Amino acid sequence: MPPLHFQSLATLAARLERRELSAVELMQALLARTCTVEPRVHAFNSYDEADALAQASASDARRAAGQARGPLDGIPVGLKDVIAVRDQPLTASSKILSNFVSPYDATVTRKLQDAGAVLFGRLNCDEFAMGSSNENSAFGPVANPWDLTRVPGGSSGGSAAALAAGEVVASLGSDTGGSIRQPAALCGLVGLKPTYGLVSRYGLVAYASSLDQIGPFGRTVEDAAILLGAIAGHDELDSTSYHATVPDYRAALSGPAPRRLGIPKEYFGAGLDPGIGAAVEAAVKFYRDRGCEVKEVSLPHTSYCLDAYYVIATAEASSNLARFDGVRYGHRSKAATDAIDLYAKSRAEGFGAEVKRRIILGTYVLSSGYYDAYYLRAQKVRTLIRRDFLRAFEEVDALLTPTSPAPAFKLGEKADPLALYLCDIYTIGVNLAGLPAISVPCGFTNSGLPIGLQLIGQPFKEADLLALAHDYEQAHDWHTRHPNL
Amino acid sequence: MSAPQDFNIDYLAQLARLALTAEEKAKFAAQLGDVLHHIERLAEVDVTGIEPTAHAFPIENVWQADVARPGLAVADALRNAPTQRENMISVPKVVE
Repeated sequence: MPPLHFQSLATLAARLERRELSAVELMQALLARTCTVEPRVHAFNSYDEADALAQASASDARRAAGQARGPLDGIPVGLKDVIAVRDQPLTASSKILSNFVSPYDATVTRKLQDAGAVLFGRLNCDEFAMGSSNENSAFGPVANPWDLTRVPGGSSGGSAAALAAGEVVASLGSDTGGSIRQPAALCGLVGLKPTYGLVSRYGLVAYASSLDQIGPFGRTVEDAAILLGAIAGHDELDSTSYHATVPDYRAALSGPAPRRLGIPKEYFGAGLDPGIGAAVEAAVKFYRDRGCEVKEVSLPHTSYCLDAYYVIATAEASSNLARFDGVRYGHRSKAATDAIDLYAKSRAEGFGAEVKRRIILGTYVLSSGYYDAYYLRAQKVRTLIRRDFLRAFEEVDALLTPTSPAPAFKLGEKADPLALYLCDIYTIGVNLAGLPAISVPCGFTNSGLPIGLQLIGQPFKEADLLALAHDYEQAHDWHTRHPNL
Repeated sequence: MSAPQDFNIDYLAQLARLALTAEEKAKFAAQLGDVLHHIERLAEVDVTGIEPTAHAFPIENVWQADVARPGLAVADALRNAPTQRENMISVPKVVE
C-alpha cells in the first residue's frame, strides 16, 4: 500500500466509507505533504488551509449523520486557477487578476460541492491557459515532481504536479489544445478532455470558447471516471453545453471496450522521440494481443492542425481577453491619462509576454483585410480536420497516438514560442474536432520520465474510451509508480 | 524570421489596446514572424466549397425562459472594482 498521499481516489473513498480514515485526517495528511513538497514544486498559486479543513469537517459530519454523498465526499480535489470558486482568488496566473476574488461559483465547482468534495487550493497554470510548460505563469513556474529541473507540461501544470506530488487526490484542469493531456503525460497521470459541450464552461475563465473544456486528472482511469461523472452534464448557464446522456462512467469501466483501433500514420513521423514511439508501439501490440483489430488510418490534414489552432485560438482569445481593461475589475494602471490610455496601460502592465503575443496574433488574423485569408480559411481547414477524424471513425472506434512528441524538457530549455507550440502537435487536432481524448501512462523513458499514450474517441463516447484505457492500465503497473519526492 | 511587410505591430497594438514598449514591438514582431511563416501554410489547403466550422457541434437557438431571477448582488459585482463610490465604479473622465 503506497503512502496515504499517493493512494487513489477510489481507495480513499472506500477507506472513508469504512471509517478507517476521516476526511479531516486525510486533509491534514495532504496539508502536511503540501508543506513538505510545495516549496520545491510550486503547484499552487494559493490555498486556504482553514477552509479546506472546514470542508473536511463538514464531510465527516455528513457521514456521521448517515448522509455521505458518494465517492467524492471528503475527497480533496484541486482546481486550476481558471475555475471560479466563490470567495476564492481567481487569478488565471496573471498579474491582471492577482487580486481578483471570484463573486460566483463555476458550475463544475457547484457540482463538486454537491458531491461533497473538499475543494483545496488554486492550482498554478500558464497565464490564461496559454502555454505548454507552465513557464508562463506570472507567479513562477511549476516543477515536475519526477524531476524538479523539468517542466510538468502545461497549461494545467499545477493540476498535474500537485497530483503527481501527492498534494491532492485528484484535480481539474482545462484543455484547449492539449492542456490536460500533455501535462498528464509528462507527469505520469491520467488526464481526460471531454467531448466539447459535455462539461459546462460556466465559470471557466475563457481562452478560446470553441475549444475550451474542463476535465479531470486522476491517478487511475477509475479516478478520472469518478470525477468526470461528477462534472459532466448539460448546464443551462452555458449555451454551448450539450444535452448529452451522461452514463455511469465508473460502471462502464468493466463493460466491453471497443475492439477496432486506428493508428493515424501522420502521428508517428519525424519529431517523435524514439523512446516514446517504442512505448506506444508496445501499447499497440498489447491491444493486438488482446484481440483488437488494429489498423493504420490516415488523417491527411494533421500537419495543418497547429496552424489552424494558432489562428482560431488566438482570434478567440483576443476577443475573450478584451474584457480585461482595468475598468470594472483587475489591475488598473496608475499611469493612465485617459480612457484609452487606461486600457492600453492596464493591459500592458497586467498581461505577460505570451498573452500579449497571442492577443496581437489574434487581432491580426481577425483584422479587416486579413479575416478571409486567415480566420475564415482556418475555420474551413478546421472542417477538413474534423472530417478526417469522422471518416476514420467509420472504420475504427478509437484512435491510438502518443500524447506528446517529447518527454518533460528542462525548465528554460524552450525559449522560442514556436518550439513550445510544437509540443501540442498530437493533442491539438482533438480540440479542433471537439472529440474526447484521454492520456494514460504507458511507460518511462531511459531517464525515468513518464510517457503518455493518447486514446481519441468518438463524440460523447467517453465511456468507451475509459473502458479501453482501463483495460490497458490494469494489465500494467505504471499507475503504481510514484516520483521519489 | 521577420514578420510579413504588412504586419503592422503599431496598428495591431493600438487595435488590441496594448501599450507595448519599443523593445516588445521588435521582439514580438520577430517571434510572430516565425509563427506567421508557419501559419501561411494554410494557404496550401484546397478549401473550395468547404463550409467554415465555428463550433465542432453547432447548436442553434438555445433559448432560456424569460423568467426574472435575482442577479449578482451589488456588493458582489463591485467587490473587485479598482475604485468605487456610491455603488458606481469610478473611472477617468471619458468625455470632456
